Amino acid sequence: MKNNKDRQETGVSAANAKERPVREPLFHVVKRAQLPLWKSIGIRIVAIVAALLLCGIMCFFLLDINPLTFYKTMIEGSFGTERRLWKLFKDIAVLLCISLAVTPAFKMRFWNIGAEGQVLVGCLATVACMRSLGGILPEPLLIVVMLVAALLAGAIWGLIPAVFKAKWGTNETLFTLMMNYVATYLVAYFLIKWTPNGSSTLGRLEHGHLPKLLDNEYLLTIIVVALLTVAMFIYLKYTKQGYEISVVGESQKTAGYIGINVKTVIIRTMIISGALCGLAGLLIVGALDHSVTTESAGGQGFTAIMVSWLAKFDPFTMVLTAFLIVFLQQGADRISSIFNISNAFPSIITGIILFFIIGCEFFINYKVVFTRREGKK
Amino acid sequence: MIFDYLLSALALGMTFLFGSTGEIITEKAGHLNLGIPGIMCVGAAGGCAALHYLVVGGVMNGFVLVFVGILASFLAAAAMGLLYSFLAVTLKANQNVTGLALTTFGVGLMKFIIFDLKEGNSIPYLKALDAFRFPFSEQTNGLKYCGVMVFLAIIVALVASFVLFKTRTGLHLRAVGENPATADAAGINVTMYKYAATCVGSGIAGLGGLCYVMDYAGSREAYLSIEALGWLAIALVIFALWRPHMSIWGSVIFGALFIAGSFVPSLIPLKFLQTMETAPLLKMLPYLVTIIVLIITSIKDKKENQPPASLGLSYFREER
Repeated sequence: MKNNKDRQETGVSAANAKERPVREPLFHVVKRAQLPLWKSIGIRIVAIVAALLLCGIMCFFLLDINPLTFYKTMIEGSFGTERRLWKLFKDIAVLLCISLAVTPAFKMRFWNIGAEGQVLVGCLATVACMRSLGGILPEPLLIVVMLVAALLAGAIWGLIPAVFKAKWGTNETLFTLMMNYVATYLVAYFLIKWTPNGSSTLGRLEHGHLPKLLDNEYLLTIIVVALLTVAMFIYLKYTKQGYEISVVGESQKTAGYIGINVKTVIIRTMIISGALCGLAGLLIVGALDHSVTTESAGGQGFTAIMVSWLAKFDPFTMVLTAFLIVFLQQGADRISSIFNISNAFPSIITGIILFFIIGCEFFINYKVVFTRREGKK
Repeated sequence: MIFDYLLSALALGMTFLFGSTGEIITEKAGHLNLGIPGIMCVGAAGGCAALHYLVVGGVMNGFVLVFVGILASFLAAAAMGLLYSFLAVTLKANQNVTGLALTTFGVGLMKFIIFDLKEGNSIPYLKALDAFRFPFSEQTNGLKYCGVMVFLAIIVALVASFVLFKTRTGLHLRAVGENPATADAAGINVTMYKYAATCVGSGIAGLGGLCYVMDYAGSREAYLSIEALGWLAIALVIFALWRPHMSIWGSVIFGALFIAGSFVPSLIPLKFLQTMETAPLLKMLPYLVTIIVLIITSIKDKKENQPPASLGLSYFREER
């Protein structure tokens, strides 16, 4: 209230200004029009380097690890051996797949943080098919059924919040968040049901493995996700539906005005988003794990949100951001095992670097203008 | 048996109550803080670390232990809230992403800190358990789960409700959450309110973590389950329709549903409840109930039951 009074006084009478000088703030914040590409990339690189430096310094002081050893171990953790390199590519592929899946929804400003659950039901549907139809159907047909089931399960999990959002404006962030846990306990339920001995751990299933290319179990996943990246880029940039998504994201009113059916777009986009999460589930189960646990998605549904957002929803940039995150986690993992520190270490490193990248967005979108003190003695 | 069940539900519920009271205060200022699970973890870590050093240093005075433990927990969690506010308010970062990053960081930090809090085979901070059982520390049975933090949780929730809905400060805070531009024009310091609400809210939520470790579970492994409880605390906010006093009984219901798996089969002699499969289905119930509440409130579209209108949006004064 006091503030208000101040403002009125300074605004109304100029005579007053003599006794009470107009107090201008030291600086104010202005939105930038468009920063040149190299500059915006430069700011991000500076942020990442600064974050890595901070991590190195912190490790030196808190854990007594030589910074040079720190960075060297980190790089070795991802690129050290051929096996680690393949693991790096595989992890990037899976994370990228989920990130691509959530992207159309985010572009529409539909905060789908339920990727975790959508991936999990995809896993569950795949395993259900493998268990019930494995050995009965020929393998190629089984894989087709698995694919359909996984896509369908993911799509349904995405469709439910979308319908309510479209029809009644139900808050999608909270709805999709809750759906994650429904999915988790659904998996827990089936695990108990499927393991009569009560161990709740399902062993590797024999049937319905996706084919290995060139005798490498990861290659198929990587190729599928690479194709998906290109497809998603084209879908978002060059198709009518992609255009509709961005218009709805910018302004639902504009979208309605130019004749886009907002409800249809929301529902359709979430079906696509959910189905692609289901596909990630199929890849995790069919090509990599051949089993399911409640941790099958392993928090990647949440990480994918950050990957997609950091890349500004651009599929090709997402390859880089997914690489960055996976590289950090794998590197920090290596450090924690070599120096025998808590396995929570990777999350701390990832967290710090995310804070820096999130914070640096400000300097890309806004600039700070300092007020010129004219006539000041 | 039924008394035991209700008491356990109450004691566990207080973890949710702290978390949801904190989150309600934050959300009323227009900030959906998805970092609450991480913040609760850091709250637990801060409190346990303080207790660790007190006990190792030979302080065994019950009052000092409880007071310093709670204070440290609050401050550690509030520091996380400060970090969140700096990113989401000052730097106008996306709230969902900031919150999720905060959770990743907080969970990691807690595991990192608590992992080292041991002296050989003994866990010093667990020696403070008796102090936290304060009014009932002599009674071993029945009331074993209830301690000083249970009362604190209820008091905090009632005070939060009073401040939010009956005072001028609360009115301003809600105005900031509903429409920051209007609040700003009315002379309310939007940034200050957002910072204060987020930091105080985070501090309160952090007590939830400490409450779970020191009051309810009282074991070495307790800290591993705080994250899952944190997400449930966010669910409770919706269930309580953004009112702290409603979340008091909501938290008991959530607590009851969460531990139903270990109590209900022996309480209700129905055949389908006796199988192992029902435990996960019972644990699913709080989330399903939350979804149903969310749907019903959005369909009914009653003005007072809605999330704050500018929830999740950054405020930039020069953007009109």
